[in-house]
Amino acid sequence: MTTETTPTEKYLEVQRSDEFAGLRRKLRNFIFPVTVAFFLWYALYVLLSAYARGFMSVKLIGNINVALLLGLLQFVSTFVIAWYYSRFAAREIDPTADKIREDLTAGAAARGAATPAARADDAPETDTEAAK
Amino acid sequence: MEPHLYLAAEATSSTSRTLTITLFLIFVAITLGITIWASRQTKTATDFYAGGRSFSGFQNGMAIGGDYMSAASFLGIAGLIALYGYDGFLYSIGFLVAWLVALLLVAEFLRNSGRYTMADVLAFRMRQRPVRTAASVSTIVVSIFYLIAQMVGAGALVSLLLGIKPGTTFLGMDADTAKIATIILVGALMIVYVVVGGMKGTTYVQIVKAFMLMTGALLMVLLVLAHYKFNLSSLLGDAAEQSGKGSAFLEPGLRYGVETAGDAAKTFYSKMDLLSLGIALVLGTAGLPHILTRFYTVPTSKIARKSVLWAIGIIGTFYLFTLALGFGAAALVGGKAITAQDKAGNTAAPQLAQALGIDYFGGDTGGAVLLAIIAAVAFATILAVVAGLTLASSSSVAHDFYASVMKRGQASERDEVRVARISAFIIGAVAILLSIFAQSLNVAFLVALAFAVAASGNLPAILYSLFWKRFNTSGALWAIYGGLLSAVVLVFFSPVVSGSPTAMFPDSDWHWFPLSNPGIISIPIGFLCGWIGTVISKETDADKYAELEVRSLTGFGAH
Repeated sequence: MTTETTPTEKYLEVQRSDEFAGLRRKLRNFIFPVTVAFFLWYALYVLLSAYARGFMSVKLIGNINVALLLGLLQFVSTFVIAWYYSRFAAREIDPTADKIREDLTAGAAARGAATPAARADDAPETDTEAAK
Repeated sequence: MEPHLYLAAEATSSTSRTLTITLFLIFVAITLGITIWASRQTKTATDFYAGGRSFSGFQNGMAIGGDYMSAASFLGIAGLIALYGYDGFLYSIGFLVAWLVALLLVAEFLRNSGRYTMADVLAFRMRQRPVRTAASVSTIVVSIFYLIAQMVGAGALVSLLLGIKPGTTFLGMDADTAKIATIILVGALMIVYVVVGGMKGTTYVQIVKAFMLMTGALLMVLLVLAHYKFNLSSLLGDAAEQSGKGSAFLEPGLRYGVETAGDAAKTFYSKMDLLSLGIALVLGTAGLPHILTRFYTVPTSKIARKSVLWAIGIIGTFYLFTLALGFGAAALVGGKAITAQDKAGNTAAPQLAQALGIDYFGGDTGGAVLLAIIAAVAFATILAVVAGLTLASSSSVAHDFYASVMKRGQASERDEVRVARISAFIIGAVAILLSIFAQSLNVAFLVALAFAVAASGNLPAILYSLFWKRFNTSGALWAIYGGLLSAVVLVFFSPVVSGSPTAMFPDSDWHWFPLSNPGIISIPIGFLCGWIGTVISKETDADKYAELEVRSLTGFGAH
C-alpha cells in the first residue's frame, strides 16, 4: 500500500490528539470516581451489617429498621447511578466518540479500504462479515 | 390464614403435579418452536455466537435478566429470607450492585473491542495462543461449576415440586430415579437449545423465561402485599412474629456474621466470611463469561449500555420482589413448614404460591394451580440459565481454543461453528454425568465458587486489559491462573468441602482455611498476580494499546 499513514500510525495519532485525550479524561474522571464511590458505599453497608448491629436494628417507622432502609437505599443508589451515567454518557461522551469514529471511518474509506472492520481487525480469523 | 400449611395433600398433589408438567411441557414446546425457527435464521458464525448482533436494548436486557436470575436467585434467596430473615437480602443487594461494575467498566468497552468471547478482549494486544488457552480454561471451569450447581439443584427440586415423597412413585419412578431423569432431561433440553438454536434461540428462551419469572413473581408479590393491605411494616411484623425470632429476624446476623458468645475466633471468621461473600458477589458478575457474551448480541455499544440499564431495572425489581416473597413465606407459610419440606428453604416460594392460591382462589384447587405455575416457572428458570452457560463455554472452546490455539486462526467459519456445536454437546454430556455423580453431595457452594473465580481471575485480567497500558501476556496469564487457582485451592481446603457437618465430604477433614468464601483473599491475589506477572515481563505493545483504546472508546472497527 502506498498510503503515508498505516492503520497503527493512525491509531497512535488519534490516541495523541487533544480531542481523544479529552474524551478519555472526561470518561475516566466519571467512571473511576463513581466506581470507588459506589464500592465504598456498598462496603460501608456490608461492614455495618457485620459490625454495627445495634445501629442497624434501630427501628424507624413501625417494623422498618435502619438495616432495611440502608438495604433499600443500595437499590436506590444503584438505579440513580445507572440513570445518571446514561445521561452523562449521552451528553458528554457519545457526541465526541461518534465524531472521532466518523473521522476515522472517512479516513479509512479515503485510503481505499474495503471496510473499516477489515482494516482495523488484526484478529486471525478470516473476516467475512461486514462491520455491524 | 393458618401458618402451618404443608405442601400438598394427596389430591392437591396430583392435580398440581399434572398441571406443573402440562405447563412445563407448554414452555418446552414454545421454546423448542422458537429454537427451530432461530436455527433457520442462523447461518454465519456471528448468528451462532452473537445472535446476529440484532437484539434491541430491551430484548437483551430481558435476556440478561433471564441468564442471571437463576434458581439460586428465585428459590434460594426467597428461601434464605424466609428462614433467616434480613440476611438473605444481602445476596440480593450484592447481585444487583454488581451490575454497576458491568455498566461503568466493562460492557461498552467489551462490545466495542471484542467479537464473540471474553478472550477477544483479553488477547487483543497479547500473544493469542497462551492467553486464549487461559481464558478458555477459566470460562470452562466457571461454567461447569455453575452448571453442576444448577442441574443438581433441578434434580433436588423435582421431587419437591412434583411432590414425590420417599416410598411413593411417579410414572414408575421413585424420588431418586426422578432426580436422575430430571438432570438428564434438563441437560438434553439445554443441549438442544444451544446446538440447534445457537445464541438466537438461547436468547429467546431467556427472554420468555424472564417474562414468566417476572410475571409469576409480581402476581405473588401483589397477593402477599394485598394480604397485608399494602402495609410493609405489618408484613415484616408478622414475618418476625411467625419466625419465632422476633425483631432479630429483621436484623443482620442470623445467617452471616453470626456472633458466637465466648468464641471470639469463630465470631471473627464468621464476620470475615460475610465481608468475603459481599465482595465476591459484587465483583464476580462482570467476570462471568455467560454474562459477558450477552453484550455481543446487540449492534452497538450504546445499545449494550441500554441493555445493561434495562437489566438493572429488571433485576433490581426482581430482587425487591424476593424481599416480599421471602418475608411473605416466613409470615404465611412459616419456617417450620418450610424446613419440613426442604432444610435449605428452597421450596419457600412454591409453598408460598400454594398458600396464596388457597387463600385467594378457592381452596385446594386454587392452591394447586398457583403452585403448579410457580413450579413450572422454576424449571423454566433453570433451563434458561444452563443454556446460557453451555453456549458461553462451547463458544470459548470453538472460537478461542479450536480456531485460535489449535488452528492458529486458519479455521473456516463453518468449521468453527461446527466445533462449537460439537463442544456444546460434549460439555452438556459432561455436565449431565458430573451432576448425576454429584447429586447426593452438597454443591450449593459451587455458584459462590464460580463468582469467586470470576472475580479473582477474569475481572482483574479484563480491567487491566482495558485500562492499563503496561499490561502484557505474562500479566494476563498470571492474573487468570493465579486468581483461578487461589480461589479453587482455598475452597478445597475450606469448611464447605470437608470438616463440617454441612460440607461436601462431611466425614473427612482436611480443611485449614477458615472461610467458606475465598473472595477476600483470592480477589486481591488475582489483582496482585496480574501486576507481578506484568512487571516481570519486558513485553509491552504501545501500538496495540493505542488501537484497543481508540476502538474501545469510540467503537471504530467494532464487529
